[in-house]
Parts: sequence; C-alpha cells; structure tokens
Amino acid sequence: MTLTIERGFALVALSLAGFLGIAILGFARDEMFALHGWMIFVAVVIGAKALLDRFEDGAPAVQKGYNDRPIKWAVVAAGFWALLGFSVGDLLAWQLAFPQLNGEAGALNFGRIRPVHTTAVVFGFGGNALIATSFYVVQRTSRARLYGELGPELVVGFFNLFVLLAVTGYPAGITQSREYAEPEWYADLVLLITWLGYFGVYLGTLARRVEAHIYVANWYYMAFIVVIAMLHVVNNLAVPLSFAYPKSYSLFTGVQDAMTQWWYGHNAVGFLLTAGFLGMLYYFLPKAAGRPIYSYRMSIVGFWGITFLYLWAGSHHLHYTALPDWVQVLGMSMSIILLVPSWASVFNGIFTLNGAWDKVRTDPAVRFMMVAVLFYGLATFEGSFLAIKPVNTLSHYTDWTVGHVHAGALGWVAFVSFGAFYKMVPWVWQREGTYSQRLEAWHFWLALAGTFLYVVSMWNSGITQSLMWQTYDAQGYFVYSFMDTVIAMHPYYVIRAIGGLLYLIGAGIGAWNIYLTIRGPAQVTRQVVAAE
Amino acid sequence: MQNAHAKLERHSIGFALAILFVASLGGLVEIAPLFTIENTIEEVEGMRPYTPLELAGRDIYVREGCYACHSQMIRTLRSDVERYGHFSLASESMYDRPFQWGSKRTGPDLARVGQKYSDAWHVAHLQDPGALVPGSVMPSYAFLSQTRLDPGYLESALRALRFAGDPYGAEQVRDAPRHAAWQADPEAEYEDELRALYGETVQLRDFDGQPDRLTEMDALVSYLQMLGTLVDFDALDPAEIAR
Repeated sequence: MTLTIERGFALVALSLAGFLGIAILGFARDEMFALHGWMIFVAVVIGAKALLDRFEDGAPAVQKGYNDRPIKWAVVAAGFWALLGFSVGDLLAWQLAFPQLNGEAGALNFGRIRPVHTTAVVFGFGGNALIATSFYVVQRTSRARLYGELGPELVVGFFNLFVLLAVTGYPAGITQSREYAEPEWYADLVLLITWLGYFGVYLGTLARRVEAHIYVANWYYMAFIVVIAMLHVVNNLAVPLSFAYPKSYSLFTGVQDAMTQWWYGHNAVGFLLTAGFLGMLYYFLPKAAGRPIYSYRMSIVGFWGITFLYLWAGSHHLHYTALPDWVQVLGMSMSIILLVPSWASVFNGIFTLNGAWDKVRTDPAVRFMMVAVLFYGLATFEGSFLAIKPVNTLSHYTDWTVGHVHAGALGWVAFVSFGAFYKMVPWVWQREGTYSQRLEAWHFWLALAGTFLYVVSMWNSGITQSLMWQTYDAQGYFVYSFMDTVIAMHPYYVIRAIGGLLYLIGAGIGAWNIYLTIRGPAQVTRQVVAAE
Repeated sequence: MQNAHAKLERHSIGFALAILFVASLGGLVEIAPLFTIENTIEEVEGMRPYTPLELAGRDIYVREGCYACHSQMIRTLRSDVERYGHFSLASESMYDRPFQWGSKRTGPDLARVGQKYSDAWHVAHLQDPGALVPGSVMPSYAFLSQTRLDPGYLESALRALRFAGDPYGAEQVRDAPRHAAWQADPEAEYEDELRALYGETVQLRDFDGQPDRLTEMDALVSYLQMLGTLVDFDALDPAEIAR
C-alpha cells in the first residue's frame, strides 16, 4: 500500500519534470538552455527506468533494515561539491588580488563564477550534507526504515541535478542575480518538486517511527525542510519569458523585491546553514561524546526562538536604504533578541561535552564539532552586533560582511559537517573507524588556520575600507578616493586567498581520508539493529 | 510548557504545521504591509519603465552578476550622499525586476553613475578597466563590443514585464526589437517616435563607438548612462520625500 502511494507520487513528479525537460529542449534558442533541457530529460529517463524496474522486481514492499544507500550517494556528492566549491571560492579570492586571473573570455569572470562558489558550497556541499545526515538521523532516532524504496534516491538524484543545472548555467550567464537564489525558474521548479519529495520521505519515515517522541535533531531538520520550501517558493516568484529563453523577471519590484530577497537570503542562512546543521549537531555531538544533550528545556527554547525570530531579521541587510524605517528597526531589534536562542544552543552544545572533554583532545571529529559550536557562538554574536544600525554603517558593503559569513560557513557549518562525516561514514559503510585519525587532525589544523587567516584579514580589510570611505579632512572633504580604498585592500586579499588555500588543502586531505575509509576493509562483526 | 511540548513531539504533521505557522509570522508582518502601505513608495515625477535597449543592457548587467561588486543604493548616510549623490528613493527602483541594490561595494555604487562619464570612457573602461583606473580589480568586458545584440528576445521580455504589471502598451511590446535598434541609431532618425513612447529622458545615439553595429556594449552603456537620471531632484519637494 505505502509503496503504491510512493509510486504514484514518483510518477507524477517524474512526469512533471519530464514535460519541463521536453518543453525546454524542444523550444530553447539558447545553447546552454537546450542542454539543460536534455539534462532534465535524461535524469527523468533514468528515474523512470528505476521506477519501472521496481514495478517488476519481486522485492517486498518494505525491505528490512535501514536504507543507507541514498546516504552514501549524498556523502559522495557533498564531497565533490565541497572540493569544487572551495576551489572556485579560492580562485575568486585570487581574482580579487590579481584581476588578470579573470581571463578574457567572460565565462570565468568574477561576477559569473561567484554564484558557482556560493551554490556549490551552500546547496551542493551543505545541502547534500544535510540530506545525508537527516536520512541517517531520522532512521536511527525513529528506529524505522526510510520511507519509500525509490523516493530517497530520487530526492538525492534530482537535488544534485538542480545543483548541476545551477552551476553550469552561471558561467553561460543564466542567473537571476538574486543572492543565493540565482538559479532560474526551471531549475527552481526542479528543486521545488524534489523538495516536496524530500518532505514526503521525511514525514513518511517519522510516521513509521517506533519511538513515541520525535527527537530534537528532527525538529531542526523539519524546520529546515519546511522553511526552505516556503522561502524558495515566495522568493522565486517570477514571470519567465518563454520556453525559448532561460530568463525570467521577478514578480515583485524594487523595495518589495529587496525585502523578499533578504527575508529569503537571511533565512537561507538561518534554516539551511543554521537550523539544519543544529540538527546535525544535536545528533552527532552527543553520539560522538557519549553524553546526553545537556538540557531538554534549553533545546525547546533554542528551537522555537530560532524558528520564530530568524524570519524577522532579514531587513538588517537593508539598513539606511529606501526600505521604510519601521521595517529596519523591527529587523534590528529582532536580530539582537535572536542572540538569546542562538546562545542557548551554544551552551547546550558546550555543556553536553561535560564529562567527555578528554575526547576533544583524543578525537579530531569531536574537536571539529566543539570548535564548530564556538564559531557558531562567535558568528551569531557578530551577526546580532552587525545588525545594530550604527554598527552596520561600519560593516555594510565591506569585507566585514564577507568575513562574518565565512566565520559561520567555514568555522561552523563546514566544521560540524566534517565532524559528523568522520563519524557517520564509518557507521554507514560499516568500517572500524576512519582510515586515519592523524589525517583528521591534519585536516582540522589546516582548516582552523585557514579560517583564522580568512576571518581576521576580512575584519581588517572591512573596517579599514569603511573608515577610509568615511574619512574627512579639516575642510570637510573626503581624504580618500574610492580607488585608494580598493588599493589598500590588496594585502588583505592575498592573505585571505592563502587562508582559503589552506582550507582547501585541508578539505582535500579530508576527502582523501574519507575515500580511503570507504575503500578500506569492512568491520569484522557488527551488531545491526533491525528496524521495526 | 514541557508537557504541552511533549505532546507536540508526538505528532509529526502537527509539528510541521506549527513550524510553518511560527516561521511565517515574520514575513507576514514585515513584507505583506509593504504592498499595502501607500507611503512605502513615494510618488515622484520622471520615473518611467526601461526602454528596450536599456532593458537589454540591464539584462546584461544581471547576466554578468555585476551586483556581486556594485551596489545601486545610496543610503541616507553623509558618506554615501557626498560621494554618490542624493540618497536613493524607493520609487527609483520601482521598475527593477529584480532589484539590484547589491550587498557589497568592491567597486563604487552605480545608482547615479548615469551621465557622469562619457560613452567613450565607459566603453574603454569596460574593455580594460585597469588601463583607465590603475589598481582596479574589475574584470575585462571587452567581449561585449564584439557581441552583437540579438534584440529579438525583447518582445517576449516586454510581454513578461507587462504581465508582471509594468505599464508597457501593446505597441511597445510588439515593436520592442525595432525600438532597441532605433535608440542606438547614430542618425537618431526615430527620435520623436521613441520620445513619444518613453518620454524626454530617453538618450539616443550610438553608444559603443561602432555606429554600424548594434552590440551588447551599446545596450549596457545605454543602461549605465540612464542610471539615476530620471528623477529631477531640483524640482522635488524635500518634505515629500522625508519619511
């Protein structure tokens, strides 16, 4: 019965995506757009073939044990997008220091490949890491097998199709130029269909749970799935030109469009890069430390505080602009209050380690997660601070914002993912442990050094540039031309690029370590806890 | 509280609905009123929809991701106003889909860059920024001069904008490709027709220094040259825009 419903949904989803692909490849007048039509079409054909095979094979409707195959796919995909995204990010950093690196062709210009970096790391690495860990966590904490025998695989496959459509489109100039929402309407539709499937798989698995209560980690994963769906739909409302061109125009204009976009942009950070990864933390940190979560009450306060407050904070990206003042002040106030639930999570995480602090020294994965919590505390404090209007005059439009984002992205999001992966990969592939803890430690120190170089250099460049913009002489004239302030950035840009390179090398070592772990010998004996 | 929450934790769909409800409040309070409160966008003289050529230029600006380094939003700060001009009004981006206010100034703000430099300066600068502005970290956009503008898509572009609510008439939609070519025509033969449709602030000339060709450079420069030029601030009542 359940499988029939799932097959029905899969059939509808694949048909919709199939029509989209065929319409595009039939009508497109733009080369890359036509290629995207083909990519969607081929993905649908592969999905349809898998669906037909399932109709024919005599396997039972619900298999026994946990379903870890889609998790493995998503882990590999996350690793791939991480290496690509970090590499492009570092190339961008070098381009700002040495603009000749942009080349002449246009396709590798800073403006075109910057979204390749952001999409590859946020959606490719972050999204796949969340899908992988959420599928792992929801099964273990519910003691139930993942809902659907094909759905989870389709979700992973089509999510990565979305990322692929996005990052191949940007160098060809296919973009909405909305920060972190650059993919055009057809890629957005692919993501929407995929996301509904993801939500279905998640709820279906929870419905099968043997545990009466839904564990904290799942609250966060659910908030991530629900809120991202809401944001994605509203912020991407647009009128496409036709099936001939990939382009569309936003349904909203100017000030409303700006507020919608930063409501989205800030909460892509809040629910993809924060809530989702808090879900990861709430499972893997206690598991790795062997200690229960410090406080149930703090979990509740932290969760609902974040879910409620984050959505109000987006307008702090628009201080002193043409956005009405009342929205700016409201956004600023909520951003400051947001520090309370954010730090509730920080303390909850840190105190969870009580009684297991020795593991921070002996286990690099635990160390990754502990430092991730500290960076989360730093970044959320900094975020609330920068949302204060007068402080914002110093940071806005400068590298300080870039440094702030990377304190969160490099130090928190990626660190907690690395820690979780070093734990989850051996569990999923049933290995004794990772290939080498020494390599884990190398990864840790390179990543930490890279993050420090990055964040500190951006603090310096941001504050320097902002102060130069606002420096007057005794007669009330500007002391520095705009170009003076650009030239002053050069040394910081070089330091930042070196920091990024260290981080990339660390990630390369990490990927190599994970690869050797997967290729390594299986665990000799393992007690498999049967689902259901 | 914990008992109530313990109950909620037993219902996955209830929990998801609770999340959706709590999370939607912020947007409902902060975004929805922007569409209904009348003084969100002040009424000023001079704002008009983009001409087809300017729109093509704007599409190139969007395609190249210029927003990653250039803002189009002069804030109400002394250091912004004195460097870039009168602070930006909400009405000045009322035809911007999407808005391009930006979030980073690796390069300067462009909200009022229109008519501050000559066309020739823009063309030379876009071709080799470092040659005109030593130390610039901007990439070269020389390829725009070599790329012919295909104005054919502009008809469907204006139709989409009209569908979204911009005040283009049927004639403007139908003739958009032709109008784009007219605006970059060095002889400005159709000046009166174009001004009748789009107003007195339309700038007609060859923009890219290649009178015989309609290129993407024409389109982009025509867009840059009109940025921030539509509203006549000398004629504005300061009380009107003070909010």
